[in-house]
Amino acid sequence: MTGEAAAFGAMALVLVGSSLGVVLARNLFHSVLWLASALVATAGVFLLLHAEFLAAVQVLLYAGGVVTIVVFAIMLTERLVGQTIRQMNRGLVGGGLVAGTVFLAVALAVVRAPTPAAGPGPGDTAALGRALLTTWVLPFEVLGALLVAALLGALYLAREEP
Amino acid sequence: MLTAYLLLAGLVFAVGLFGVLTRRNAVGILLGIELMLNAVNINLVAFARYGAGVAGWILALFVIAVTVAEIAVGLAVVIVIFRVRRTIEADHLTLLRG
Repeated sequence: MTGEAAAFGAMALVLVGSSLGVVLARNLFHSVLWLASALVATAGVFLLLHAEFLAAVQVLLYAGGVVTIVVFAIMLTERLVGQTIRQMNRGLVGGGLVAGTVFLAVALAVVRAPTPAAGPGPGDTAALGRALLTTWVLPFEVLGALLVAALLGALYLAREEP
Repeated sequence: MLTAYLLLAGLVFAVGLFGVLTRRNAVGILLGIELMLNAVNINLVAFARYGAGVAGWILALFVIAVTVAEIAVGLAVVIVIFRVRRTIEADHLTLLRG
């Protein structure tokens, strides 16, 4: 077993285990912690795919920012102070069936699809930066506008009641 | 090897979908959506490595940015709902039910 395959197996195990922890944990805080673990495992997968910049962004924005904001939201929506939020799941069988069917469909499509032609690969972070500012500059700028809009929207929605 | 990454992403997607379908708490549902978007990112980066080039990276970056925006607004909505209805259990929020 090559090093890459072993590392991939380890990362995949952590990722799938953490994902199951996210959806099955009774305590919502524990779910968020499992999500942080899953996001860091995904950063590890990115490193295996030679996407260092994306791994760093993943840890910074996802595991850092998103997890923090979700923890804040949980704290703000707790019913009683000090009571852990218990989760009751509903429709486990139906949900499991649907999710299982989706996974089977995806797996069949993936396994049967012909291998795509090997391309040159993405290059390094400098290539990413150059592409962002030349070929993809328009979506890049629109993304900036989207982030401003989302910020303003979130601020306005969650503002103090007068 | 590409197939392995795609299968992993599909598995994480299915687990996230299971979370979205079964969780009662609105924040729990949002966590499931996070997992699904994460799986999409793994797909994009795997394709970037195995043929698509830098476009896969750029799309993954855009997905991360859009996810951050979506989580911010989504949680703001959840907070407002909690303020008004004092509950965020999906079973209790039935105003739109026909």
